[in-house]
Amino acid sequence: MSKIGVFICHCGENISATVDVERVAREIGGMEGVAHAIDYKYMCSDPGQTFIKEAVKKYGLDGVVVGACSPRMHEPTFRRACAEAGLNPYLCEMANLREHCSWVHEKSEETTEKAIDLVKMLVEKVKKDKPLESIKVPVTKRALVIGGGIAGIQASLDIANTGHKVILIEKDPSIGGHMSQLSETFPTLDCSQCILTPRMVEVAQHPNIKLYTYAELESLEGFIGNFKARIRLKAKSVNYSTCTGCGACIQKCPVKKIPSEFNAGLGTRTAIYVPFPQAVPNKPVIDRVNCNYYKRGACKICEKTCQVGSIEWDKEDEIITEEVGAVVLATGFDVKGADFFPEYGYGKFKDVLTGLQFERLASASGPTFGEIRRPSDGAIPKKIVFIACAGSRDPAKGIPYCSKICCMYTAKHAMLYQHKVHGGESTVFYMDIRAGGKNYEEFVRRAIEEDTVNYIRGRVARVYEKNGKLIVKGVDTLLGGQQVEIEADMVVLATAGVANCGSEQLAQKLHVSYDPYHFFAEAHPKLKPVETNTAGIFLAGACQAPKDIPETVGMASGAAVKVAALFSNDELVREPVVAVVNRLAPPLYSTCVGCFMCETACPYNAIEHEEIKGRDGSLIRTIARVNEGLCQGCGTCVAFCRSKSIDIQGYTNEQVYAEVMSLLND
Amino acid sequence: MKIGYYPGCSLTGSSREYNESVVALAKALEIELVEIKDWNCCGATAAHVMNEELSLSLPARIMATAEEQGLTEVVVPCAACYNRLKMTQHELKDDDKRGRVTEILKMPYQGSLNIINVLQMLDVYGAENIKARVTSPFAHKVACYYGCLLVRPHSILQFDRVEDPQSMDSLIRVIGGSPMDWAFKTECCGAGFSVSRTDLVAKLSGNILKDAADRGAEAVVVACPMCQSNLDMRRGAINKTLVQPIDIPVIYITQAIGMALGIGATELGLKRHFVNVEL
Repeated sequence: MSKIGVFICHCGENISATVDVERVAREIGGMEGVAHAIDYKYMCSDPGQTFIKEAVKKYGLDGVVVGACSPRMHEPTFRRACAEAGLNPYLCEMANLREHCSWVHEKSEETTEKAIDLVKMLVEKVKKDKPLESIKVPVTKRALVIGGGIAGIQASLDIANTGHKVILIEKDPSIGGHMSQLSETFPTLDCSQCILTPRMVEVAQHPNIKLYTYAELESLEGFIGNFKARIRLKAKSVNYSTCTGCGACIQKCPVKKIPSEFNAGLGTRTAIYVPFPQAVPNKPVIDRVNCNYYKRGACKICEKTCQVGSIEWDKEDEIITEEVGAVVLATGFDVKGADFFPEYGYGKFKDVLTGLQFERLASASGPTFGEIRRPSDGAIPKKIVFIACAGSRDPAKGIPYCSKICCMYTAKHAMLYQHKVHGGESTVFYMDIRAGGKNYEEFVRRAIEEDTVNYIRGRVARVYEKNGKLIVKGVDTLLGGQQVEIEADMVVLATAGVANCGSEQLAQKLHVSYDPYHFFAEAHPKLKPVETNTAGIFLAGACQAPKDIPETVGMASGAAVKVAALFSNDELVREPVVAVVNRLAPPLYSTCVGCFMCETACPYNAIEHEEIKGRDGSLIRTIARVNEGLCQGCGTCVAFCRSKSIDIQGYTNEQVYAEVMSLLND
Repeated sequence: MKIGYYPGCSLTGSSREYNESVVALAKALEIELVEIKDWNCCGATAAHVMNEELSLSLPARIMATAEEQGLTEVVVPCAACYNRLKMTQHELKDDDKRGRVTEILKMPYQGSLNIINVLQMLDVYGAENIKARVTSPFAHKVACYYGCLLVRPHSILQFDRVEDPQSMDSLIRVIGGSPMDWAFKTECCGAGFSVSRTDLVAKLSGNILKDAADRGAEAVVVACPMCQSNLDMRRGAINKTLVQPIDIPVIYITQAIGMALGIGATELGLKRHFVNVEL
């Protein structure tokens, strides 16, 4: 017969104020198989824990039930106490008398009876508990960082500086991301390149970082501590070990009119190109879609120009496999562009720009070397209108969320314009000014008060061209809804920040969840902002939601700490609450029939095929096996299993059945 | 092809030419229009600002009648009627409102009808047909004017791109015309203020016509009787507000297509306009 110890906690008055705890202890004490039942004011305190430890030894308990708060709060505490007394910690269970009972009911007879029932259920469950051992998995102490923007750069450097190896992959020919495209940064107006490029160089030179540019993740298999990443190294068509980065090939390339991605389409580049002068690595790749040789089979001027023979025409994409223990996703964001704002004429009128394009105009490394000039005719705009919330906070556009960074960068844009074009007039149409951040509000006030930017609260209905001017029709809601019409020379749309294209597919490759807008989902909105709900995969930066540079850097460092903490262990210990497929003695081996319905049901790819072989090596049967490193214990497979061959350890069908039956047997 | 037909009041009165051209075009495209028997007014602009129950009951009766007559799809050429029927359908998804309205109507209302406008009908049942039957291509530069009611509110109508609709433009392309890019596609013409504040309508409609004329439109093409009458019938008042009078005609999309298909001017009602149609 079982010898169960039951310990009822008053939780100060949290439980005892509404539940008659003494009666609970008394009645449970009379249950079959209960050897000892007491109540105490603070079970989690040192004396409380001592009661449990002593009782385990004194009565030789083979199971413990603590009726107290939520197991989320103190299950580890009580399990540790039991383990110290020599009892397998998984033979200790908690009945939640606080959140599930005392906090949600009035003081009454029924409340006490419910508490008794809750404890009774757990007593019946504990009787069926089996000792479990926690799962240990080895850790590969090498991290994969996907995306080489500021988030990926920061995460890589932070992880590398803890002494662990990092593999950083970037899909473009250079690292740097959106931050390298920015002119000055709010709220201090320090030059983006000046603060970023040293970090880019540091990444390239760090002994612990292996950088793959022009590379994309092909697939990711495995589980926390033990991932296998297949990485596609796209053919650069240039041998980087011999290329000196002299740039002669770029100068001679005859295909010169390709819209430059780095300049957000405002400048052009060649087919063999380095995205920008400060690129890391500062060596070119050939864009095969636009290269004359790949298109028509002739040209090869770059090959003739190259002094060191670095052009590799026949180079193919290469797939490499890297083993890593953790992954940091830092794939960033994109901005809404062409054709999303027909009412604002974007894509039709050359002088209607996105915020990112304005950054390039204002940047010293941009197509106009930092002078604000109209793309249409090169004239300096005398009047400029900035439209905040272009797409953002607009359910009709399918983007109900706030893109967060636009208020600040619009203020910065207007400020930069006023600084660069003396006597220019700038107007900002806004819905609300969201300037939450250190020195942010002051920055916006400075734009309004010192730089005399005209802020109009209201939305713009339409932008159209008339006699070479852009007519901006909007409304001033602070002046009684008066209609406003401005003849502008340039219009800048603070377009919504959206998930990067391909983020959905990437999320599916990695088995991380994403929100309706394809941003990657954090494990908990408050307490686990850098974790995903796939163990070992972390998030950094705007791939999770639009965010500014300080926040991105903070998050990247947060993700790096999580990775470092993971790598501080040689082995990972996991709760053994995982699914297991039963195994029986031959000739049955298992009740599993090998239908693999569980495999289709499992969201974590944890189901493997196990071949049962005879002594002569012949295959007897193939059954399912659960990879305990991957399994998250969700139980979906249990529900799917037609032959009832899978159980969750610690929550077996038998245990849950016992709990339910304890209620029915009254 | 058989579709239910709700002409509405305008099409039997001030906008007879719209009705005539819809009917003539449907015939040419072998679309059989089955007019709802015993239809009533949709309540238009008056009812929904005066009395909610009335504004829902009038369109609900039309739809209930159509359902009773076994129709599943109804084409509604008038933009205001189309808007009111669609809005009512949406409102009556609420059980409470539906209960009240069926109580008033004393007849069952399913809400199962598919309500479409003329552009949708032409797109779904006609596009290929039209292309094959064009005899005299409509080689004109025109401004397609959608107005307010055809595309708004987008969340309920779910028709075309709300700020820059394209459906009429693509129909014009099918018949060989060149729709132009202009600024007043969905601006308000003044609508029902035509009678009470003709001055306002003259100003608003004037803005629309002026932009179309400035950009070299030979005609304005519409799919709403209210817009048409404001831009056409009020031309005298409009021209008084302008320095340069405008004489470009305002025709229905069904008339434009009818012309391309070689249907006669009388059949299309082209002689009923205030501003002469000489295209």
